[in-house]
Amino acid sequence: MMNIVVIGNGMVGYKFCEKLVAKSTSKAFNITVIGEEPRPAYDRVHLSAYFSGTTVEELTMAPASWYAENGINLLTGELAISIDRTAKTVTTQHGRILSYDKLILVTGSGAFVPPIKGVEKDGVFVYRTIEDLEAIISYSKKAKKAAVIGGGLLGLEAAKAVLDLGLEAHVVEFAPRLMPRQLDEAGSTILQNKLESLGIGIHLTKNTASIEGENCISGMIFTDGTFLEVDMVVISAGIKPRDELAIKSGLATGTRGGIVVNDSLQTSDADIFAIGECALHGQMIYGLVAPGYEMADVVVSQLTGNNKTFTAYDMSTKLKLIGVDVASFGDPFCTSTKHRTIVLEDKVKGVYKRINISEDGKRLLGGILVGEAESYNMLLQTAKNNILLPPNPEDMILGARGGSEGAQGSGVMSLPDEALICSCENVSKGALCSAITEGELSDIKDIKKCTKAGTGCGGCIPMLNDLLTETMKAQGKVVRKVLCEHFTYTRQELFDIIKISGIRTYDNLIEEYGKGHGCEVCKPAVASMMASIWNEMILKQATIQDTNDQYLANIQRGGTYSVVPRIPGGEITAEKLIVIGQVAQKYGLYCKITGGQRIDLFGARVDQLPDIWEELIDAGFESGHAYGKSLRTVKSCVGSTWCRFGVQDSVTFAIEVEERYKGLRAPHKLKSAVSGCVRECAEAQSKDFGIIATEKGWNLYVCGNGGAKPQHAQLLASDIDKETCIKYIDRFLMFYIKTAEPLTRTATWLNKLEGGIDYLKQVVVHDSLGMGEQLEKEMEFLVETYQCEWREVVNNPQLRQRFKHFINSDEADPQIQFREERGQKVPVGWSR
Amino acid sequence: MESHVITNTQPATHWFKAAPVEAFSVNGGACVQYKGMQIAVYHFKATNEWYASQNMCPHKMQMVLSRGLIGDTCGEPKVACPLHKRSFSLVTGQNLNGEEYAIQVYPVKVEEGFVYINVGPAEGH
Ligand code: SRM
Ligand SMILES: Cc1cc2nc3c(=O)[nH]c(=O)nc-3n(C[C@H](O)[C@H](O)[C@H](O)COP(=O)(O)OP(=O)(O)OC[C@H]3O[C@@H](n4cnc5c(N)ncnc54)[C@H](O)[C@@H]3O)c2cc1C
Ligand code: SF4
Ligand code: FES
Repeated sequence: MMNIVVIGNGMVGYKFCEKLVAKSTSKAFNITVIGEEPRPAYDRVHLSAYFSGTTVEELTMAPASWYAENGINLLTGELAISIDRTAKTVTTQHGRILSYDKLILVTGSGAFVPPIKGVEKDGVFVYRTIEDLEAIISYSKKAKKAAVIGGGLLGLEAAKAVLDLGLEAHVVEFAPRLMPRQLDEAGSTILQNKLESLGIGIHLTKNTASIEGENCISGMIFTDGTFLEVDMVVISAGIKPRDELAIKSGLATGTRGGIVVNDSLQTSDADIFAIGECALHGQMIYGLVAPGYEMADVVVSQLTGNNKTFTAYDMSTKLKLIGVDVASFGDPFCTSTKHRTIVLEDKVKGVYKRINISEDGKRLLGGILVGEAESYNMLLQTAKNNILLPPNPEDMILGARGGSEGAQGSGVMSLPDEALICSCENVSKGALCSAITEGELSDIKDIKKCTKAGTGCGGCIPMLNDLLTETMKAQGKVVRKVLCEHFTYTRQELFDIIKISGIRTYDNLIEEYGKGHGCEVCKPAVASMMASIWNEMILKQATIQDTNDQYLANIQRGGTYSVVPRIPGGEITAEKLIVIGQVAQKYGLYCKITGGQRIDLFGARVDQLPDIWEELIDAGFESGHAYGKSLRTVKSCVGSTWCRFGVQDSVTFAIEVEERYKGLRAPHKLKSAVSGCVRECAEAQSKDFGIIATEKGWNLYVCGNGGAKPQHAQLLASDIDKETCIKYIDRFLMFYIKTAEPLTRTATWLNKLEGGIDYLKQVVVHDSLGMGEQLEKEMEFLVETYQCEWREVVNNPQLRQRFKHFINSDEADPQIQFREERGQKVPVGWSR
Repeated sequence: MESHVITNTQPATHWFKAAPVEAFSVNGGACVQYKGMQIAVYHFKATNEWYASQNMCPHKMQMVLSRGLIGDTCGEPKVACPLHKRSFSLVTGQNLNGEEYAIQVYPVKVEEGFVYINVGPAEGH
């Protein structure tokens, strides 16, 4: 058995073990891993997630039990201190001596700390390990302003972390631009603007001379004599390979650090390999995981007799820094190659894209993307695979012009089989496609499990999605969300079927297009669709309606119901208020002002509902549809009629909007609001569609909600007049009604909509699908056919019959019981 | 015809004449009252099947099952409670959400336009 000793249990050290265990079928190796950190290897790439609550367990690559199960002897919290190359042994800090046949150095790197006066002071940190983060978190509680030294990739990540900790953040960079290794001047200016707008101070061309302060830090002095007041410093000025052990053992190292290795990744001692961030290959230290994983693979193949070698590795990267996409690929600068450059720059949106093209215009050499990097994967693959460029290569970065998503999908399929999709795990397109076909994989989870693709940095997941959909499509399979076991159609398909076939009842629909008796999922879903298409009185098919719709009221504890009359815009006369009070008094109902600017009357028995509504309707009220997956309320603020700040009459508009869409049934409930000025007292930005007055007109926001997962609405159009606003809402609502899954609020629907708000804008505002007029017509039909459901029930003796507790007696439910609280009745609690 | 001695294998069953067929909702439930009991009756029109069960949902002891949605899962007829959508088999009364509580079900027959429910031993619930 061959003794393998691994020094270092970081990301690459772990990956080496994983790959070796997978390759060695017979127990050919006896593996010992020495790791200095107190815990098994964890995901350093996503280290910053620790700040936002990701736990150590979640970051851990594999738990200690994994090593044990695979016969690996893992020593944590133990430093290797010397190597005896003649005796072939390693000695640890605890005096343990381990002998090896092959030794793997995976000692990674440490933060490079420049020799600045005062770096040893309390309050100066580096950013590399979980312990570093813990120290930063605890110190930040007493700090207010922090500076990060280093404006590279890691420095900016550290700056985001201190910002999230609630500190004022500054970035100090020696070079004249941010991310000098990845970005050019223009790209980094865009990034800088974005960071500054978030309140991060950016200080370029600054060389720190000293860190000042006695007991605690007071600030930094730069070589140009300027001073920056801070009480905490994080150093992120680069990495320094951990080659101290190699130097001590007489192995060759580079002048600027790093353990020298050849293409087989052997150090100057053939029995000792070095991989990961400590290895110096061809004058390069690779500070990324993907090349480290590739190195691990090479050494495993060396040890198992397939002499693979390591060649220069692509350093393309894509990251999301503080919410800004930043990517560079291939040769981003082309300083020494003849090339043509195409640049797209939008300073307002903060987007910069540059591609470098060969002189003959046929090949893509590299490029930079800031602010939007959707096309990164395609561009990277195009460059790497030497794919012939289309005649208008600028289309590649102009891209994303409304609904061009499909193009991306088919783009994946045009790549050659060798194209590397997941570079962290080295998985090619060919391997993925055959895994999907042969393993009959149907979701990303399975792909990850089966091929490991997508488990590293996660950057390839959008491509995996495309590949999955396209491969399944090619096999004639479709990725579909069918309604339930009774209908093998998606909601959208069923919607079209109902519309085109003209079917108006659930019974006919299930007979022709479904099977069985249906269930509590498909019945209400179909009811909702039919209501959105035909707008017939819903009690015509009472027994397919969801609970609350069956009795046009919300069922509550004890089996009683609530009554909510519509109060459009929250505006109500004294006379009407009195009627509500009288009705409540007569039927002994509990009264409450709702969060939706109206009044809810609780505790009505099912048999009382028609009588109560009869009185309300006589007084001019209508159903408030508080029970329906339909328009609820359009809240308003008092607006320019009374308010000294108001710029438009929000109450009038809110009432108009509510009157227009009242009773409109949708996949989920709809809420709206209209505010009279930017102070936004009606909370329009938390509604499915919200309107805010401006000096020039109205701003329309869509797809917000409160509820369990609050989300702000997004701006769809600004400074539009009322007619345009109504036109856009018509289109927006109809498009949502036609395409959303059952019980999906507009916010969730938008989150899943490919192309997001930009796509929605194209459809609604620019009418990119050419459906605008049709959508408006369909809405017009629904508006015209509106009838108050309660009025119909009250006037229809047959429908009124439904509102009885017993069919064979006129008695009320004798089980209902109330008690009193603060002068009103409330139901007695659940009996258990 | 010879006369037979009928042996009573079951305690006296009682078929209670509930109401005419038209009084019940089609493809839905309805509640009937019988000697202080509340019984939910369900009619599946497509197959012309009738089922009956207690009206009380055992989840929160609420008298509401007759207002639930009916349907089937893999062919098994069921009712879903209107309050929290717990489902119960109408054949066995079993809870289909894997919880312990079940409901009492009763045999139903239709004769000459009337619905009858077998409420079991005539008295003593
Ligand atoms: C009465 C009221 C609470 C109050 O006393 O203020 C209320 C009461 C109920 N809400 Fe609500 N919600 C009420 C305002 C809200 C608001 C505030 C608002 O509209 O400004 C919200 C958050 C805003 C939003 O919806 O985006 C709200 C978010 C919910 C949700 C979560 C929705 C979500 O997407 O996460 C539910 C559950 C659902 O609809 O599936 C819900 C469901 C319910 C139900 C219908 C639950 C039920 O089926 O029994 C409650 C029925 C009460 C009844 O019997 O009438 N209620 N509910 C409010 C009635 C407003 C009205 O006049 O119509
Ligand atoms: C905050 C942050 C963000 C990053 N983001 C990205 C990213 O987005 N994309 C990307 O590709 N890369 C990123 N990186 C870089 C990536 O984490 C490294 O490339 C990767 O961790 C290198 O793996 P390694 O195993 O070579 O080194 P390490 O993960 O550093 O592991 C080396 C281990 O060896 C131990 N060790 C050292 N000497 C000894 C000894 N003598 N005895 C015992 N143990 C020893 C160390 O304690 C350490 O645990 C990021 C790094 C950081 C810090
Ligand atoms: S928040 Fe919950 S408890 Fe309160 S009314 Fe809404 S649904 Fe009912
Ligand atoms: S009371 Fe029936 S499911 Fe809760």
